[in-house]
Amino acid sequence: MRARLRKRHRSERLFRRAGLLAISAAVLVLALLLGSIVTSGLSAFRQTQLLLDVDFDATVVPPLDGLQAIERERALVGTDLGALVRNALRREFPGVHRRAAVRQLQSLVSSGARSILRTMLVDDPALRGHTTPIWVPADDDVDLLQKGSTKRAAAVDARRLSDAQIGWIDALAARGRVRTTLNTTFFTSGDSREPELAGIWGALVGSFLTLAVTLAIVFPLGVAAAVHLEEFAPKNRWTDLVEVNINNLAAVPSIVFGLLGLAVFLNLLHLPRSAPIVGGATLALMTLPTLIIVARAAIKAVPPSIREAARGLGASPLQVLGHHVLPLAMPGILTGTIISMARALGETAPLLMIGMVAFIVDIPGGVGDPATVLPAQIYLWADSPERGFVEKTCGAILVLVAFLIAMNGAAIGLRQKLEKRW
Amino acid sequence: MTAAHALDVVVPPPPESTPAVAHLKMRAEGVSVRYGETRAVQNVDLDILTHEVTALIGPSGCGKSTLLRCFNRMNDEIPGCRTTGNVTLDGEPIYGDQIDVVQLRARVGMVFQKPNPFRKSIYANVAYGPRIHGLAKKGPEMDEIVQRSLSRAGLWEEVRDRLSEPGNALSGGQQQRLCIARAIAVDPEVILMDEPCSALDPIATARVEELIYELRSRYAIAIVTHNMQQAARVSQRTAFFHLGELIECGATEDIFTQPAKARTRDYITGRYG
Repeated sequence: MRARLRKRHRSERLFRRAGLLAISAAVLVLALLLGSIVTSGLSAFRQTQLLLDVDFDATVVPPLDGLQAIERERALVGTDLGALVRNALRREFPGVHRRAAVRQLQSLVSSGARSILRTMLVDDPALRGHTTPIWVPADDDVDLLQKGSTKRAAAVDARRLSDAQIGWIDALAARGRVRTTLNTTFFTSGDSREPELAGIWGALVGSFLTLAVTLAIVFPLGVAAAVHLEEFAPKNRWTDLVEVNINNLAAVPSIVFGLLGLAVFLNLLHLPRSAPIVGGATLALMTLPTLIIVARAAIKAVPPSIREAARGLGASPLQVLGHHVLPLAMPGILTGTIISMARALGETAPLLMIGMVAFIVDIPGGVGDPATVLPAQIYLWADSPERGFVEKTCGAILVLVAFLIAMNGAAIGLRQKLEKRW
Repeated sequence: MTAAHALDVVVPPPPESTPAVAHLKMRAEGVSVRYGETRAVQNVDLDILTHEVTALIGPSGCGKSTLLRCFNRMNDEIPGCRTTGNVTLDGEPIYGDQIDVVQLRARVGMVFQKPNPFRKSIYANVAYGPRIHGLAKKGPEMDEIVQRSLSRAGLWEEVRDRLSEPGNALSGGQQQRLCIARAIAVDPEVILMDEPCSALDPIATARVEELIYELRSRYAIAIVTHNMQQAARVSQRTAFFHLGELIECGATEDIFTQPAKARTRDYITGRYG
């Protein structure tokens, strides 16, 4: 008797310890994963800039006075703004004359500097003929050097900067002309071929629009389907068939839904390629079965006594549903919706098929514009050869995770608010 | 009212106004109910009279709850359940396509075995019926209905200061009285009670029994119970069921003191059940 008791206690202790061990392992792996992404991704939020005294040379910049902003932009089309940057760098390092050396010197500055100068001129034409100190983004190689990702001690072939270039940067740094600031470009612009100019905002907006479309389609459709199947549909062979199919669809690989979206939305309905409306509709198809299953479970979990009480008072089936069943099932349905949305947010494969994994520079303005989404952007950047995209990839993952946390937080808040309401 | 007093209801005091002469309210004629192949109720005739409590007693599975649910068509929603025969309310048949079940249930209310308040406030629980039937607008009119119903259910004094609290925060007995208040808020003519005290402790049971006794002055009441003492205490007429059939029906006194059928006597004396 006592021996059995001891044995039982021992097995219970063992069981508890195994559980603790499992959780610890999970936490450790999670910490490792997040830690590695955070350490390599945080630097993406910072950017190296160089201070240049740019002379808006009147011989290079055409006269802009008296022109509208749009006309000014047009007037600057043929202007060699790169020459202004080159001249500024030459004044900084008067000893550099050889063509190759000048080219090397110029490559310290991002090609995005030209568009910064253009914007400044369009905004303020009076700059023509004056010299102004301007912070311009450094090239991604310089950026990586400043952040320590590229080691100075590395062999010349292993780093992308020559000794001369490093010397120039050090000279600029000594003059106080190098700084590392918050990378606003990363949060405000779309994709770019240049790592230092690439931003996540386009993908973020694309993700948001796509999810909005998905939610708008899947929530009413899923809840209505669940309500019908659970409350109104007769139990016969047809509804059994529908049920089996829904359960099967929930397990279909997501790329199949991508193919379906390609065939139906693009080839049959001729909707725009790469657009959030198509991506959202495809993801809605993918998440619909899951949502129906979860919503049905939530509706089924409403105690039958509540339905009886309402019916006994003379509530019509619709009133029983609207006043009692749905409000009680809503927290569960919302949880299911959020899980579905989170899955949709992280999904890349079906979007591959409808062209949302594409190099898209512009920020989408609506659900019909070409767009990409966060996971597709991560995939694109991870695939890019430039070293500078490594940290951008990790940075984008961080943004994705933050988006996810914000979404889940909103869902939990909403659920608690709904559960508290009497 | 103290608990000690509430326990004193084995021989209930006569209600303030002796009920007027009972007359027929609902009548079941040749009612049979089948669940698929199973016959739950077989060819039963039963009358429910105003100003009276009719008790339905019998062993488990004898079909008394099923029969009770025929009186407001609560069996309609059960898949595979078929009701035949004739049930009338004030001489009008209640089964038929042209009968509005919603209307019927406003006239024939129901209280269930397990207290089942809505997960809403006490106020909202009581106000729900009047609201969906459009009996009163929000505001003082509704407040009055809620207060009157809770008072009649003997709950007003206990909950008057916490009407906005959730209904399921009350004790079991209070919840059941809340459900009774909810049922009488729509001002029904008949109240059906399906073992209303089986989930309650003796004190709460005594309170509900007392309430039932008082309510009979206004409503026709039919109550299903397993507890024969309860049937003896609250009812004026008793119907004994066995295996889906009505064995005997008559004045409660007669059934309990001199039953006509042997099976009734065996059940009442506890020889089986």
